[in-house]
Amino acid sequence: MQERDGRVVENPVLLLLLTVALAGALGLGFVGFAPNRILSPRSLALWDAADPVLLGAILVGFGIALASTFGWPRRGHDVAAFLGGSLILVATVLAAGEVATALVPTAKSSAARVSLGGAFWVMALTSSLAMAEALRRAGIERPGRIGVAAVFVAGFAALAYLGWYDDLSIAREWANRRAQYSVAFDEHVRLVATALVVSLLIGVPLGALTTQRPRFAGRVFTVLNLVQTIPSIALFGLLIGPLTALSNAVPGLAAAGVRGIGFTPALIALVLYSLLPIARNTQVGLLGVPPRVIDAALGMGMTGFQIVTRVSIPLALPVLLAGLRIVTVQLIGLAVVAALIGAGGFGSFVFLGLGQTATDLVLLGALSAIAFALVADAGLRLLTVLVARVEGQ
Amino acid sequence: MISFEHVTKTYEGRKALDDVSMVVQSGEFCAFVGPSGAGKSTLLRLVNCLIKPDSGTIEYDGDDVTKLDPVVLRRRFGYVIQSVGLFPHWTVAKNIATVPRLLGWPRKKIDDRVEELLLLVDLAPSEFRDRYPRQLSGGQQQRVGVARALAADPYCLLMDEPFGALDAVTRHALQGELARIQKKTGKTVLLVTHDVDEAIRLATRIAVMANGRLVQYATPEEILAAPADPFVASLFGGEAASLRLLKVRRVGDWAVADGAPPVQSIGPDETLENALARMLGSGLDALAVSDPGGGPKRVIRLDDLVRRTR
Repeated sequence: MQERDGRVVENPVLLLLLTVALAGALGLGFVGFAPNRILSPRSLALWDAADPVLLGAILVGFGIALASTFGWPRRGHDVAAFLGGSLILVATVLAAGEVATALVPTAKSSAARVSLGGAFWVMALTSSLAMAEALRRAGIERPGRIGVAAVFVAGFAALAYLGWYDDLSIAREWANRRAQYSVAFDEHVRLVATALVVSLLIGVPLGALTTQRPRFAGRVFTVLNLVQTIPSIALFGLLIGPLTALSNAVPGLAAAGVRGIGFTPALIALVLYSLLPIARNTQVGLLGVPPRVIDAALGMGMTGFQIVTRVSIPLALPVLLAGLRIVTVQLIGLAVVAALIGAGGFGSFVFLGLGQTATDLVLLGALSAIAFALVADAGLRLLTVLVARVEGQ
Repeated sequence: MISFEHVTKTYEGRKALDDVSMVVQSGEFCAFVGPSGAGKSTLLRLVNCLIKPDSGTIEYDGDDVTKLDPVVLRRRFGYVIQSVGLFPHWTVAKNIATVPRLLGWPRKKIDDRVEELLLLVDLAPSEFRDRYPRQLSGGQQQRVGVARALAADPYCLLMDEPFGALDAVTRHALQGELARIQKKTGKTVLLVTHDVDEAIRLATRIAVMANGRLVQYATPEEILAAPADPFVASLFGGEAASLRLLKVRRVGDWAVADGAPPVQSIGPDETLENALARMLGSGLDALAVSDPGGGPKRVIRLDDLVRRTR
């Protein structure tokens, strides 16, 4: 809680978020309703579509949050802001499912589609941000904020499981493609995990080598930087020719799954992109180990292997893990594009959706990749914190 | 015993060590002094084979160090460098236990040894064993450094400017601690320093180095009383060397029998510097020398302090 020192607006960030939410709700459609997949959807505003009770709840939440930006109530306006924000978020998310369930039977065709509109996304995002900001102002630390977010996500996931959103088109796309979805999930995870392992196996020794040979380091990083500048689609495309030739020329390679398209070229491209951050972070981490510490380790009779495993790597680990986080998130994103050359994954929904102008299908692929990236990032962040704790840093 | 015979080492055409021969006896506290680049650290690092000589031999108890397994050799020495040499990701206890763990001591023995060493360097084990180096002051870090070097009961301590990064008060206190520990354990110590007062205070023998050559190797008193050349004389303070002599000479060696009954007394092991300070402070020109053994009564007079020979 901060001193008011005569300011009229207590929480300008919240006021901005509420303004954006209001503009979104007024200016954009809450859902799009199409009788089938071919016809373009008709946009419905929040007040046209939503159940009056939920609409009322959103208005009440908005009112509470707005009052709290002007410092009301005097004590606990951060709590009020949090409550107001969560009321908007919960009511908005509930309304999305409720609207779909109400609208679908009004269409004559079973192919009727209800997709989420701009107003929904703007309101969900701004109310989430308002809640996070309120918690931060109330002095809740990051673990606490993550815990609160987890409770809300778990609640919405439970609603989804119970079928609250089954009539939304994104859920229908998922339901129609369940088998494909789990295959895509497998492909995506396998591609990212394999690329990570391979690029660690190459990148870490490469980074370690650059600390010993400065001239070699210059050349390595020039090449790796160059690779980063190639657009991913171009790199995927460039690999098709040589790999096809290789696969045809060497017997047995094709049987082993090495072809111009599919998993192999995708893996090669992803590894090429990952090498720079991994090698660079390894180099920076190792150079950050004080020379005196290495000297002491050597002088006390550690072998070269013991110095690397007990001193250098543990001391470089925080920087290494930071690199690993960057690379993991980057790989999950790039693996979406890899669907273009037949590597599968969530990207296959994105490209399928683009081809059919089915926005919900694009959204299904994109949201899945984003969720995967967020989970992976949070997991690695947790690992970083744990490592730092073990090492007492 | 550590002996250097005709040791030469060249770095990029410059002679870091030029035909150095000397012997450090067991139990000796030997300080290497000299300006930067004189070859002091190079000489120290030859002993545990961190570098190898171009020619000449270094023997430790008769074994050529270059013929021994360097890893095994280094674990027999305690190695102390300026404070940053502690492993920042390990606790104090784990730092101290470095060499015992490398040697594969049983856990109980290691724990007992860590406790014993923390007490030796005057750090309360319950308070310090689980701390990390960054949670310690510079002086405390260096105490841990000394404890770590002593952990596996080494043959000899190799110390490279161990107190160089510390403030004057802490440095003085730790020098006192080191002198006490060396006296108690009887370890051979090789200490590199550019602080001549540190060398005079701690060493039983001082090796003066310049441009890779051993210029003089003698006891502090010999060097102060009879410097080998003008360089050594100026390094030890020129005329002020006479004042430093007062720090190394003992009252008992310079006292004479009889004299008028003085008012104050002083122990035979006190330095002449302390005797002079006492006289200046009290306005007396003679002090009685107390003798716990009950020998003949002796006094030390102001005149005795300026005598050139015993």
